[in-house]
Amino acid sequence: MPRVGVFVCHCGTNIAGTVDVPAVTEWAKTLPGVVATSDNKYSCSEPGQASIRKVIEENRLNRVVVAACSPRMHEATFRRAMVQAGLNPYFLEIANIREHCSWVHGNDKAMATEKAKDIIRMAVAKVTNNEALFPKTIGITKRALVIGGGITGIQAALDIANAGHEVVLVEREPSIGGHMAQLDKTFPTLDCSACILSPKMVDIGQHPKIKLMNYSQVQKVSGFVGNFEVEILQKAKRVDYSKCTGCGTCWQKCPQKVDSEFDVGTGKRTVIHIPFPQAIPAKPVIDWAQCRYCKFLDWKAAGEQGKKPPECRVCEKVCPVQAIDFNQQDQVVTEKFGAIVVATGYKTFDPAVYEEYGGGRLPDVITSLQLERQMNAAGPTGGEIKRPSDGEHPRTIVLVSCVGSRDAQKGRPYCSKICCMYNAKHAIMLKEHDPGVQVYVFYIDVRTGGKDFEEFYLRAIDEAGAVYLRGRVSKIYQDGKKLVVLGEDSLMGQPVEIAADLVVLAAGMEPNIGAAEIAQTLHISYDTYGFMVEAHPKLRPVETNTDGILVAGACVGPRDIPESVAQGSAAAAKAVGILSQDSLTVDPMIAQVDPAKCIGCLLCVAVCPFKAPYSETTRDKRTIAVINEALCKGCGICVAHCRPKAINLHGFTNQQLLAEVQALW
Amino acid sequence: MKSTSTYAYYPGCTLKTTAREFDVSTKALCGALGIRLLELKHWGCCGASSAHGTDHLLALALPAREIASASQMGWPLVAVCAMCFSRLKHSEAALHDESMRNKLSGIVGKPLPASYEVLHLLQVIDNMRDRMPVTRPLSGLKAACYYGCVLVRPKDVSRMDDVENPQIMDRVIRAAGAETVDWNFKTECCGAGMALPHTDIMLKLSLRILNQAKQAGADCVVTACPLCFANLDGYQKQMKKTFGSDPEMPVFYFTELIGLAAGISSERLLINKHTTDAMSLLKNKGLAGEPVHA
Amino acid sequence: MTLKTITPVPHTAFRDQIEKLSGENVARCYQCGKCSAGCPVSFAMDLAPRRIMRAIQLGLKEEVLASTTIWLCVQCNVCSARCPREIEVARVMEACRLVFQQEKFKAGDRDTMLFHKLLLDSVRRWGRLHELDLAASYNLISGHLTANMGLVPGLIARGKLAILPHREARSEVKKVIARVEAEHRKDKAKAGGKA
Repeated sequence: MPRVGVFVCHCGTNIAGTVDVPAVTEWAKTLPGVVATSDNKYSCSEPGQASIRKVIEENRLNRVVVAACSPRMHEATFRRAMVQAGLNPYFLEIANIREHCSWVHGNDKAMATEKAKDIIRMAVAKVTNNEALFPKTIGITKRALVIGGGITGIQAALDIANAGHEVVLVEREPSIGGHMAQLDKTFPTLDCSACILSPKMVDIGQHPKIKLMNYSQVQKVSGFVGNFEVEILQKAKRVDYSKCTGCGTCWQKCPQKVDSEFDVGTGKRTVIHIPFPQAIPAKPVIDWAQCRYCKFLDWKAAGEQGKKPPECRVCEKVCPVQAIDFNQQDQVVTEKFGAIVVATGYKTFDPAVYEEYGGGRLPDVITSLQLERQMNAAGPTGGEIKRPSDGEHPRTIVLVSCVGSRDAQKGRPYCSKICCMYNAKHAIMLKEHDPGVQVYVFYIDVRTGGKDFEEFYLRAIDEAGAVYLRGRVSKIYQDGKKLVVLGEDSLMGQPVEIAADLVVLAAGMEPNIGAAEIAQTLHISYDTYGFMVEAHPKLRPVETNTDGILVAGACVGPRDIPESVAQGSAAAAKAVGILSQDSLTVDPMIAQVDPAKCIGCLLCVAVCPFKAPYSETTRDKRTIAVINEALCKGCGICVAHCRPKAINLHGFTNQQLLAEVQALW
Repeated sequence: MKSTSTYAYYPGCTLKTTAREFDVSTKALCGALGIRLLELKHWGCCGASSAHGTDHLLALALPAREIASASQMGWPLVAVCAMCFSRLKHSEAALHDESMRNKLSGIVGKPLPASYEVLHLLQVIDNMRDRMPVTRPLSGLKAACYYGCVLVRPKDVSRMDDVENPQIMDRVIRAAGAETVDWNFKTECCGAGMALPHTDIMLKLSLRILNQAKQAGADCVVTACPLCFANLDGYQKQMKKTFGSDPEMPVFYFTELIGLAAGISSERLLINKHTTDAMSLLKNKGLAGEPVHA
Repeated sequence: MTLKTITPVPHTAFRDQIEKLSGENVARCYQCGKCSAGCPVSFAMDLAPRRIMRAIQLGLKEEVLASTTIWLCVQCNVCSARCPREIEVARVMEACRLVFQQEKFKAGDRDTMLFHKLLLDSVRRWGRLHELDLAASYNLISGHLTANMGLVPGLIARGKLAILPHREARSEVKKVIARVEAEHRKDKAKAGGKA
């Protein structure tokens, strides 16, 4: 026989100010199965819980209803109290008479009291039908996968590895380092970017707990928190890393030069290459599609049609350790992980869609990232600022803000956050490179929210003499050797025309190429632009709605370096939080299939957002659905879709829900 | 073999007066290309460029009248004047709304369709540019295609091409054998109706366009708008007087250049009637008069 | 120059009127000035397009309607095409002109207003635009007696300026204009009836 106790909470005046708590407490005694009721000023307080435990013991209660705030607030608290009183914690129901009642019906006490009664009546009906549930535990693979080797992924990998767990770091490019490696200096301290980044990159390469897989991509993910199985595609590097010493002879001798991705088209690299001198791993890859020998093989395979390409193979000839392996093929490896950190980063907006700025066809209109490469002493111009058209040193330079940011018309309505600051940096650096230059910055708002940011912006004006003009540039066109920039000084309310030698477009941030595909592979959400979606933008910023998959850095939204590093560490802490447990407890309020009733339609497999149900063949050769307990979130979608009513949701069985509803009439 | 297609043709007011060469060259060109144009009967003014800033309903009603008569003829409606084209497209878009359609129908006194095909002649020619009979390729001519404002803007009304760097005229002019230059002023305003009330503003804007075309290496400017043509072609002497620089830049209607390529004589196309001399350029390139081999 | 203190009135009937006529959300404008910067005639305006947008946001009706801007706007639509907030600024300008007409406001750029009025008068009279008629009456009434007249003899000589108007659409266009005006009277009576 169920012996139900009802505990009604005043919550100070939060509930008692609207609901007549003493009357409700007295009334609850009349409900079927109820043997004891009491009220409490604050049920969640330690004295409140003690009094609940006391009433349970005195009245030998086996079911409990707490009429108080939302179960999201204190269900766990009262379940603990149940356990302390010797009861199965799932014999508890919460009647939410605060958020669902007193807070929303403050102007009608009588009706609010009646509604509180209804809510309690339903909870009592349900709890009478509750069954004891027992949480299960699952094991954990104590390794982490980090996707993306930019500064965020580097930080996450190092932090997890330093906590003692194995890490596999997967990087799509030949080297880790990401965008930070391309930068010359960083705001607001003007640290040399490579100088502060490369020690971390070296740590990655040398850490005994970190396995670096460069030139690789994640292509399939299955499993669940603690037990992910991941297929990683290792693209053929055509270089045997077990033999290669990174001596550099091959890339010095390679005769085929192509545009350097690292220099954003402002410089050249060889086909067999490391992207930049500090690359990690410091071993090259062959960009096979552009290799002369590859073209020769294609020509041979196509029946020797047309002009014969050179057979080349220079790298093979000069390699002192015979590390070149033209026959190397793409490989797929499968690895197991307990947690995954996604740090796929960003790419810069392509300003070619701004036809009014020349559509990418004016040679002396460049992007900020291209300017970074020019300013860098190791860059293609050796640190000299030169106009791409004629190599002359520009004297009048215009920086244009918000290119691909705050522009709904170009499909990018959001602020990219970092551009105001790097524009200030460029104004300062350009003056430092050549004191004779005059820099103009067109802006809409200068946003300097960050430590020492405003002071840094003032340096651009005070020290570098940059002239800030408030207005968005409307047109840029070539007039002789000059570029004419048309804007408005919106503070004067007058059109501005500047004849510039060089225009730098502050291109905004957008999700990296393939971000949406990675999100789909991982079954995590992404927004309309392709940025990953956090579990909660404020309180769970590095978690996703899939347990065990964490997101960090610019793949979530525009971030600067300090934020990316902080997020990398935050994601690492969350990953370590999972990996440091011996096993994971699974909530028992999940769906379960009755194999006798299941007809094998597998509609549940199709509708589940968490990929929890899967098909299985029984011994009598029937197809049935089975639910993976670790993946199920207990949302109930499968239950609603199941036509033969073969699925039941523990804690929310059909019987319990019907009892709850019937109690109303 | 010529392919024949038929269209209802709306010339617009200026094509019978200041832009007579546009009308004449359009008809001659379409004859040569096998495009049958049936001029609307008793057509009236489309309301450009004054009605839409003065009386919204009138601005929709005047072109709606022309759409009504085209739909009675049963052929798609073609315009060549960019302004008329734009006003017709605005009215066409307004027809999608049932209550507005009924209102307009009452005003023009004729039934109106819920949607109607309104085209610019450039679109018709663009569709057949691969089979255009080019008997006198415009070799050696470097044209700056100037689209002006209303041919491509507003985008959701015109629905023709990119608003900053359109290509459709460049494609058909290249199909006629000329080279086209890549330049930045394809859709910058020439000053439009400012010519009368504020001539100085118009002169400044038009001169900048002609100078940009010259700088891009063009030896002529091509347009699809009588107002642009009037400003760019008609005021070069005044530009010299006001700003001291004479652009000396021949200006053509696209129908004139393609007409030349289709073997029509420059005189029949009325190119010799331009205010700014265009004949010397054609003579230079061997494109004046009748085609030599014809 | 007199300095004036502005009293912002954000939600005015004027702003509602403009938003309704133009179909554009004026409040979205964040004053970047790309419209003014790209406007081919902004240098000649007293309030460049961005400032017109601001004035509407603040409910400054007099300033907007008295400005030369709404008449100097040539409806080239560059502002609309480039607006980062996707506001069709040219439509807002058009709406300002319509309000100006509806309210019989007096001020602004008289020459341009006159030009548009005379153009429509010509259409009313002949069914089609008669350019010589327009130019002559414009010069007479505006007082710019010799404006552009240097071009006329050349145009006539090359057969490009008709001395007599084309009159074939005259009666039909007159009917259309009469019916449009009847519609306006109907709308006015309806609005008056409500008040």
